[in-house]
Amino acid sequence: MPVEILSQSQCHEYFDSIQQAAKALGVSDVEALFGAHFGALTRFANNTIHQNVAEQDRWISIRVALDHRTARATTNRFDSDSIRAAVEQALALARSAAANPDLLPLTEPSVISETKRFDAPTAAATPEHRGRAVTEAIRIVESAGQTAAGIYSTGQSIEALFNSRGVAAWHAETMAQFSITAMADDSSGWAKASAVSRESFDPLALARSAAEKARLSHDPQEIAPGRYTVILEPAAVLDLVGQIFGDFSATAVADSRSFLTDRLGKKLFGDNIQILDDVAHPLQAGVPFDGEGVGRRKLTLVEAGVPRDLAYARSSAQRAGVEPTGHGFPLPNEVGEAPLNIVIAGGSTSLDEMIASTDRGVLVTRLWYIREVDPYEKIMTGMTRDGTFLIENGRVTRGLRNFRFNQGIIELLNNVEALSPSVRASGEEAFDMVVPAMKVRGFNFTEVTRF
Amino acid sequence: MKQLALEALDSAQRPGVTYADVRVIESRDRELGTKNGKPGQVSSDESVGIGIRVLADGCWGFAATDDLTHAGVESAAALAVDIARSSALAKKHDVTLAPEAKHEATWVSPCQIDPFTVSVEEQLSLLTAVDKELRRASGVTLAQTSMIFHRSRQVFVSSIGSVIDQTRTTSGAGFEAYSFKGDQIQKRSYPNSFGGQHQLKGYELIHEIDLLQHAPRVAEEAVWLHSADQCPEGRFDLILDGSQIGLQVHESIGHPIELDRVLGSEANYAGMSFLTLDKLNHLRYGSDLVNAVCDARIEHGPGMGTFAYDDEGVPAQSNDIIRNGQFVGYMTSRETASAIGATRSNGTMRATSWARLPLIRMTNVSLLPGEQTLDEVFAGVSHAIYMETNRSWSIDDKRYNFQFGCEIGWEIKDGKRIRMLKNPTYSGITTEFWNSCSAIANRDHWVLWGVPNCGKGQPEQVIGTGHGASPARFHNIKVGAAYAG
Repeated sequence: MPVEILSQSQCHEYFDSIQQAAKALGVSDVEALFGAHFGALTRFANNTIHQNVAEQDRWISIRVALDHRTARATTNRFDSDSIRAAVEQALALARSAAANPDLLPLTEPSVISETKRFDAPTAAATPEHRGRAVTEAIRIVESAGQTAAGIYSTGQSIEALFNSRGVAAWHAETMAQFSITAMADDSSGWAKASAVSRESFDPLALARSAAEKARLSHDPQEIAPGRYTVILEPAAVLDLVGQIFGDFSATAVADSRSFLTDRLGKKLFGDNIQILDDVAHPLQAGVPFDGEGVGRRKLTLVEAGVPRDLAYARSSAQRAGVEPTGHGFPLPNEVGEAPLNIVIAGGSTSLDEMIASTDRGVLVTRLWYIREVDPYEKIMTGMTRDGTFLIENGRVTRGLRNFRFNQGIIELLNNVEALSPSVRASGEEAFDMVVPAMKVRGFNFTEVTRF
Repeated sequence: MKQLALEALDSAQRPGVTYADVRVIESRDRELGTKNGKPGQVSSDESVGIGIRVLADGCWGFAATDDLTHAGVESAAALAVDIARSSALAKKHDVTLAPEAKHEATWVSPCQIDPFTVSVEEQLSLLTAVDKELRRASGVTLAQTSMIFHRSRQVFVSSIGSVIDQTRTTSGAGFEAYSFKGDQIQKRSYPNSFGGQHQLKGYELIHEIDLLQHAPRVAEEAVWLHSADQCPEGRFDLILDGSQIGLQVHESIGHPIELDRVLGSEANYAGMSFLTLDKLNHLRYGSDLVNAVCDARIEHGPGMGTFAYDDEGVPAQSNDIIRNGQFVGYMTSRETASAIGATRSNGTMRATSWARLPLIRMTNVSLLPGEQTLDEVFAGVSHAIYMETNRSWSIDDKRYNFQFGCEIGWEIKDGKRIRMLKNPTYSGITTEFWNSCSAIANRDHWVLWGVPNCGKGQPEQVIGTGHGASPARFHNIKVGAAYAG
């Protein structure tokens, strides 16, 4: 596959065609979002590779704006007839829509900071490379008498936004992920990593970690549900605390569907909670501009426990009389905007120190199937999974059967007793973030399952 | 499309390849919405591409591309074979497939009114009217409406000679009314959460669900919930509406019976299943009243999981899953069928698009109707809690322990609603729950609900599934634990 799957100059050429087609239809305001993706994923289970895939796709999503009306048409065909048809379709849809007085003219060009996130070896990773890494990882788990399942994915993507006001933003990125579950007779362990470069993590180290967790959690004991001190490893923090960030949206607050409604600027969490949104953070990934072509700005979402900044798209920013922050989703949409590059500030307590300082508690590797029970108190339910341990007298003493929790995030972020240094974490319930491990008192486990 | 598919199949049949199949898919979507009287989503999407799956050296490889030139297809076919060969690095045994006959067919799903020929103006006009009606209720702070239409034509060809051309059209629509007051956000949805009702139908579905008629009641309920009592904590007889039963079936019957999950394919992501192979024909899954099927045939209804052939060319079938409470069947594929001694796949392999690999997915996994009237379901016990419309859903990775929340509840005494309850939740263990089933309403109340957002696989595939269900009653269920303590 080509190293550059959709170049900047190709986007310019396609956008010229789009503009010409729009002009021929009497439309001067047109925007195009370009996307391209080549990704491959080697999946394994039962100590063998059972699914092994690759996909290549490109698309153009065209938006026209006229008379306070807008609509979008998307196609993955790049020939001139298809491009013209997509412009016609967007125009027909826009003419059918009612006028929206909040709709702004297209974005004017602005400075967009460049973020270098393309790693050639990751883009060029072959099926054989992934297959060999997976085979070695399986061997480690198998040699422990366990069964391995997981994925190793590598890929590259392009996102670009061009408009008739002169915005020409283009971003290329690579991403690699390795995730592994090691299963013993009555226990399991899990580890996962993701990075722009496949060389940033060691699949074999992850395999060893998963296998060790499976070994340590054998013969899990059932203990009564209740309030426990918990130590949430970074992936568990990511998946649980990660559920709140869609609410740091000016549109969500204006709609009164955010838990921050009537709470901005008020002390809500503990003094030790600091949260940024920062696309430029060295451990972050992602596009440095938003769905309208506005460069992303750094936000202080929470400062010393006080929610401060919200993400603003252009229209929500205009309503509030502030500058847009570069977090808007492609128009038209109902949800507005959201921060996508979360960095939760860490502390200086290592995971081992957290465990050593705990008389009785629960160490949680990973959480699963997290859903919102209450939207204003941000009560979340979900399960522990793949490595839940009892801590007694400063030591991990045994594996536990998995719990269901019903835990308010506001309450949780008031009960954080210690934070580890932050790392890039990857789970399955929220997008990847930079987060610490957390020691939390009074975590609410409400039920125990059968394993 | 057929010619392209056959050319790709030719290209994929390289040395070492023992089986290949190809899917060429052309799809079209339209998505419309409103929010507080203003246009929301107004968009269309068209996509075409090809997915090539091969068995080479005893292992699977799959490659998909949007490059439909001769060179593009050749390249994808070569990549699929390379990938299969790399899979052999960790091979334990050769993949074998259950036999399947060659099929040549063309099938178009029933669609009385083509939603793509109904004008966008008409569709948005209806949504705008519904939106306006929702906002007439004082206290509604956010009104949202939506419609979504999807059509895909798929040509499937395989190296056993099958050529299957299928076109499916699905429609969906619904609305939500939010009310924020004090320290509570309440919400009511119609006909269901998850964007409403979704079926394998044309625009006739939109007429049938009559959004406008239900808007005033649903909006008022969202506001009234602020004055309602908190749902109590304890053990109660529990009555669930059909849409919530549909999701309960999805999570605690549909996913556990996926045989690939049982065998470990999803262990790293979606998880496994408590339904280990020893439980087939031996587990008491539910009470005698509980009968469940997995049925992809159009005879079952126009569900999100209705088709003529699955994505590896196996005809749609109906299979018993639970018969009079006894667990009797899994969903299988050509690769997994032999694990339960079956000689043929029961046809449940589906992919979300040309870019993704078919997996075992729920088709229409339905709870069959009972024999009781709705009045008998409600009046059969002196005291119960009734819950309607899903608000939250969660279940562990082996599908034992679940917890659901609903948008609205009612305390029931002697068959009558005596007070509204807010924030109702219930929880339990799958088999204990289904064994506590004490009444199921009859076919008059049975609806084939659509769940549009079922996730599985890596890379993740989100697909629509169907679940026929009618209201049902359960004895001694744990209620309210989510808000306790």
